[in-house]
Amino acid sequence: MNAAAPPPSPQPVMRLKNVAKIYGAGMAEVRALDGIDLTINQGEFVAIMGASGSGKSTAMNILGCLDTPTSGTYLFKTVDVGRLNRDQRALLRRHYLGFVFQGFNLLARSSAVENVELPLIYRGTRSTERRRLAMRALAHVGLKGREHHFPSELSGGQQQRVAIARAIVTSPKVLLADEPTGNLDTKMSLEIMELLKALNEEEGITVIMVTHEAEMAAYAHRIVQFSDGRIRTDGKKREPA
Amino acid sequence: MLWETFRLALQALRRNALRSFLTVLGIVIGVGAVIAMVTIGNGTTVKVADDLSKLGSNLLFVRPGQFGPGRSSAEARAFTAKDVAALKAQLRGVKAVAPVAQTSGTAIVGTESRATSIIGSDNDFFISQDWPLSAGREFLGGEIRGGRAVCLIGATVRDELFGPAFPIGQRVRVNKVSCEVIGLLEAKGQSSFGTDRDDVILMPLRTFQRRIAGNTNISTIYVSAQDGVETSKVQQDIERLLRERRGITGNEEDDFSVRDMKQIAQTLTSTTAMMTALLGAVAGVSLLVGGIGIMNIMLVSVTERTREIGIRLAIGAQASQVLMQFLVEAVVLSMFGGIVGILSGLGLALLASSTMNIPFMLDWKIVVIAFAFSAAVGILFGFFPARRAARLDPIEALRHE
Repeated sequence: MNAAAPPPSPQPVMRLKNVAKIYGAGMAEVRALDGIDLTINQGEFVAIMGASGSGKSTAMNILGCLDTPTSGTYLFKTVDVGRLNRDQRALLRRHYLGFVFQGFNLLARSSAVENVELPLIYRGTRSTERRRLAMRALAHVGLKGREHHFPSELSGGQQQRVAIARAIVTSPKVLLADEPTGNLDTKMSLEIMELLKALNEEEGITVIMVTHEAEMAAYAHRIVQFSDGRIRTDGKKREPA
Repeated sequence: MLWETFRLALQALRRNALRSFLTVLGIVIGVGAVIAMVTIGNGTTVKVADDLSKLGSNLLFVRPGQFGPGRSSAEARAFTAKDVAALKAQLRGVKAVAPVAQTSGTAIVGTESRATSIIGSDNDFFISQDWPLSAGREFLGGEIRGGRAVCLIGATVRDELFGPAFPIGQRVRVNKVSCEVIGLLEAKGQSSFGTDRDDVILMPLRTFQRRIAGNTNISTIYVSAQDGVETSKVQQDIERLLRERRGITGNEEDDFSVRDMKQIAQTLTSTTAMMTALLGAVAGVSLLVGGIGIMNIMLVSVTERTREIGIRLAIGAQASQVLMQFLVEAVVLSMFGGIVGILSGLGLALLASSTMNIPFMLDWKIVVIAFAFSAAVGILFGFFPARRAARLDPIEALRHE
């Protein structure tokens, strides 16, 4: 423990132990992940970097419980995700995870607030409560007054804000962002990064972000560099604020 | 949650309103056809039964030949006046034995002419048909025996040929025979088969045979049993007597038939039942086609919305919830088709009942069955596409363009 570190002892939320993901078999075998170890602690802001095909997306899918490792173990808190079935993993995502994608992935024919309500529908939240929480989340990401706009009526940055509102409306433990600024210009990208940073610092939400832009990765406390299915470097850039 | 899913399904269907409507057209037609046909069929059955009961349940029809397919009454010998005389003389427990010979012809009065039906019979006709006169008199004995040119006319013939004038004592030319009108038949209205029963001229049998038909054939004999007498008993007597007169012995088959109203009603009812079954089969095929249409569109919808499904799965929807969403959509679609089909079927039946003058017989059972059936089609044909949606891999689905 670093004596200068103010926070209490770090609590791991996600632990990958010797995780491999292998597609195909025999000659066509592709080792997307080749035995990685990675621990993400509560409250961290982690940037995952690497060239395409380096295994960072596969790692994100596994961390997001969308995929399971071929070998090795993945513990979410104390739960061995590899032992969960599809529906149990869906429950885990529903209650603990929020997703933000490069392409926003909003429902085109639903308004902003309807998009944000979506995860709450699956949680069985009542409609009035749902609407209240969705409006609050939209206000939080700075979209007050645009609740009833459709995605096509919003700019890319605004659409990504809606997607972030959708991800945080359930108060998740971890926010997984897959190249959240990949489709945005620099100005909008920086705004989104500021928002993610604020969510991390003020709400204590753990943020894991895939990016290939160093400028965006600079917002993170820790940068994990992938190549050829392995972790090359894993370094703290700066201490959490 | 189910209500949510239902609302969601309605929303999705509204977005593609035209496509949704076209998709359910098969179901609409199938259900509509069943409802319309069953309702009209029931009405017709009631109407026929009602008409037949008006004719009297103690009435027997005697015809040459046998009823049924492949058997023509034209081949069988017609009855003669002597057969009728023998029946009149020897049958017990009957009120009337009326011979009927019938053809169509033209009736002319002044400049007015009309194609009408011409019947030769005797005074037992009025009793057996339960058809009273509204004015004038029946035939006299001498007119019947002598084959005199006199006639009674139905209400339609009277209206068309005489208008407001009083017809009794006037003359009408029937196929070149000039007859004196001696009486008017009371108005009877339409028969069960939609023909106008009042469009008729009645004359003595002998007059008809000699001057209109030119032969001595009698095509039908109506026998009316007395009240309280079993028609089956009378039927047996007629059969025995006619077999004897026509020289049919031993195991030889009758070359004539005796039917009472009940039997004729049964024949009609069984015909209606067969028609209903046939139409049911056609409607079933239509529902099947409709169901396949729904499956097709749902499959398209699942493909179109792959990304949406991926998003839903990623944010925590379980497979069963996605399955439910698409299943409910298919069921809502087919039930909508069912409702539209029921309404249009009932509308059609209402229209038919008012134009064809039959009672509107709404059968709630069939409405409920049709509705349940359309819902079942939705479940059956919606399941496969819904399962396909539920089994999508969220990662693949999110990558889908």
